[in-house]
Amino acid sequence: MGAYVVRRLLWLPVVLFLVSFGTFALARFGPGDPVSVTAGQVRDPKVLDQIRKDRGLDSNVVVQYVRWLEKAVQGDFGESYLQKGFSVSELIFPRMWISAQLGLIALVIIFAVGIPTGLLAARFAGSWIDPAIIGTLLFLQAIPVLVIIPPLIWLFGVQLDWLPVGGWDGVFDIWWVAGVIAIPIPDPHLYIPLVAFTLPGFVSVARLVRVSALEVNLEDFVRTARAKGLSEAAVQFRHVLPNSLLPLITVVGFALAGVIEGALFVETLLGINGIGRFTFEAVVSRDYDVILATTVIFAAAFVLMNLLAEIAYGFVDPRVRIGSSRG
Amino acid sequence: MTASAAAEGAPRPVVAGTSEWRIVLGRLRRKRLAMISLVIISVIYGAGILAPLLAPYPPTQTNLDRPVEGPSRDHLLGTDRLGRDELSRAMYASRTTLIVTTAVVLSGGLFIGNTLGLLAGYRGGWVDTLIMRVGDVFSSLPSLVMLILINATLGPRVIGWTRWVEGHTPFDGLVASGFPSYMLVFSALSLFFWVGTARVIRAQVLQLRERDYIMAAESLGASPRRVILQHLMPNVSFLIILSLSATLGGIAGSEIVLTWFGVGVQPPAASFGAMLFEGSGTRTFQASPHLLLVPGVIVTLLLFAFALLGDALNDAIRGR
Repeated sequence: MGAYVVRRLLWLPVVLFLVSFGTFALARFGPGDPVSVTAGQVRDPKVLDQIRKDRGLDSNVVVQYVRWLEKAVQGDFGESYLQKGFSVSELIFPRMWISAQLGLIALVIIFAVGIPTGLLAARFAGSWIDPAIIGTLLFLQAIPVLVIIPPLIWLFGVQLDWLPVGGWDGVFDIWWVAGVIAIPIPDPHLYIPLVAFTLPGFVSVARLVRVSALEVNLEDFVRTARAKGLSEAAVQFRHVLPNSLLPLITVVGFALAGVIEGALFVETLLGINGIGRFTFEAVVSRDYDVILATTVIFAAAFVLMNLLAEIAYGFVDPRVRIGSSRG
Repeated sequence: MTASAAAEGAPRPVVAGTSEWRIVLGRLRRKRLAMISLVIISVIYGAGILAPLLAPYPPTQTNLDRPVEGPSRDHLLGTDRLGRDELSRAMYASRTTLIVTTAVVLSGGLFIGNTLGLLAGYRGGWVDTLIMRVGDVFSSLPSLVMLILINATLGPRVIGWTRWVEGHTPFDGLVASGFPSYMLVFSALSLFFWVGTARVIRAQVLQLRERDYIMAAESLGASPRRVILQHLMPNVSFLIILSLSATLGGIAGSEIVLTWFGVGVQPPAASFGAMLFEGSGTRTFQASPHLLLVPGVIVTLLLFAFALLGDALNDAIRGR
C-alpha cells in the first residue's frame, strides 16, 4: 500500500511540471505580450526595454520558466502585470478562500441531496418514479449555468426582492433573538450561487448511488436482514446505504471539477470576488502571471483531489490496488 | 491461402438471422424517450444544415431601426441588439454547434481516441504506457480553464497565420469566413475529448486480444494493422458509438461556454454562446427575456436530448 501511495504521489509533480511549462509557453506566446500589458498607454521603446529587463522577459522561454519555477515553488508567483505593486499571491489567496468556502458547501449539498435521491430511485426501480427522478436530475444537469443564473437573479433578487442580486458577504450571518441570543444563519448572498453550483451536480451522484444500491439490494446479507424482520428503513440505511457509498469516492473528483469550472461563470455573473471571476478577468485583460498562477493552482487542486480519491478508494477496496500494478 | 481466407472471415455471433446492429436498433426504437431525443436533435441539427434555405433573414443582416424587439410577425423570435433576426441567428448557431460537434467527434473521438485506444490495447508495453500516461495528464487537468487559455492565447496567432496563408496562396476570404476560430475551437476540443474513448476501447481490446480468433489470425501471419482493422475494430464498434454519444453533450457545451467567454467562435459568426452572453445581464433579462430564453431553451433541449439518447443507447447495447 505504501509503495502504491508513493507511486501515485510521484505523479503529481510530473503533471504540475507539464502543466506549468505548457501554460508558461502559451502565455509567452500569446498576443499582447506582457511588456505592452504592463506599459499600458506608454509606447516609448526605452520604457518598454526597461520593463522587459526588470521583468526578466529578455531571455528565452526556458530560462524564464526556470526562474519562474524557482520562485513559484516558494509560493512567489510574481507581480500582477495589471494591478502593479500587488503580488499575484496576495491577489489570489483571499479570493481562493472565498471560492473554496463556496465550493465546499456546494460539494456537501450535492452529496447530501444526491445520495438520498439515488437511494429513493433504486428503491422504486421498476416503477415510473425511478426514471422520473433520474430524468428530472438529467434535465437539471442539461441547463447550462449561464442560462439559469439571470432568471434566478431576476426572480429572487429583483421581482420578489428576497435575496441580494450578487456579491459575497461571508458564510454566516448572525441572527439576534431579542438582542441577546446569537444564532448563526447562512448569509442570503449564498443561495443563488449555491443553486447554480449544485443543480448540475446531483445527477452523477444520484445515479451512481442508484446503480450500486440496486446491486447491493441483491446481495445475500440484505436478504438476511429482511428475513430477520428488520424494517425497510433499517435495511436501507444500515445495510444498503453503507455498501453503496464506495464508488462515490470516484465522483468526488468529478464533482469538484464541476464546481471549479462552474466558479468561472457563477462568480462572474454574480459578482462574487472569488478565484473564478478573477481568472475570467485575467484572461480578458491578459494578466499573464495571474493566469499562470491560477491555472497551476487549479490543476494542482484537481490532480490532488483525484489522487486522494484514488488512494482512498485503494484503501477501502483492495481490489483496486491489484489493478493498479499496471501503472 | 484458403486457411487465411477463413481466418479473415472471423465468425461473429449470428442470432436468428439478424445482425447485432439490427437488434440494438430494434431495442432503441422501442424506447420512447430515445425517439423523442432523436427528433429534438434532428430538428435542431436539421435547422442548422438547412439554415441557408430556411432562415428568414441573413444571419448578419442588421436593422438598427428595430433593435431588441420581442417576437412579432416579421421576426418570429424577436431581434437582438443590432436588430438581427433571432430565429435566423439561432439557426446559424445550430449550424456552428453541428460543425463543431461533428468535427470534434470525428477527429478527437473517432480518429485520435479510437486509434490510440486500439494501439494501446493491442500493442501493450511502452506504447500503452505512453499513450495512457498522456491521457492521464489530459484528464487530470481542468479542461475548461485550459481550453480558455489555449483559445485566448492562440486565437490571434491562428488568425495571423491564416492571413499569411491568404496572402501567399490563392485561398481568399478564410479569415472573413471565421475559419480560423472554428479550426482553433475544434482542435483544442479534440485535444481534450479523446481520452475517454481511448480508455474504453483499450480496456475492451485488452480482453479481446486474448481470444482464440485473434491468436489464430496472428499465427496465420496477419500483420498488426490487419488484426486491428479486420478483427478488433468490428468488435469494438458498439463501444465507439457509445463513448462518442457520451461526449456529444460535453463538446456542444464546451463550444458554447468558450464562445460565451469570447474566446471561441468569433463574431459575426452566430453561436449560442454569443447569443447567451448578449442576453445574460439582469437588466437585459428583465427588459427583453427573449434574448436569453431563445438560445437558452434550445441549448437546454439539445443537451438534454444528448443525455437521454446516450442513456438509451447504453441500455440498448447492454441488452436492456
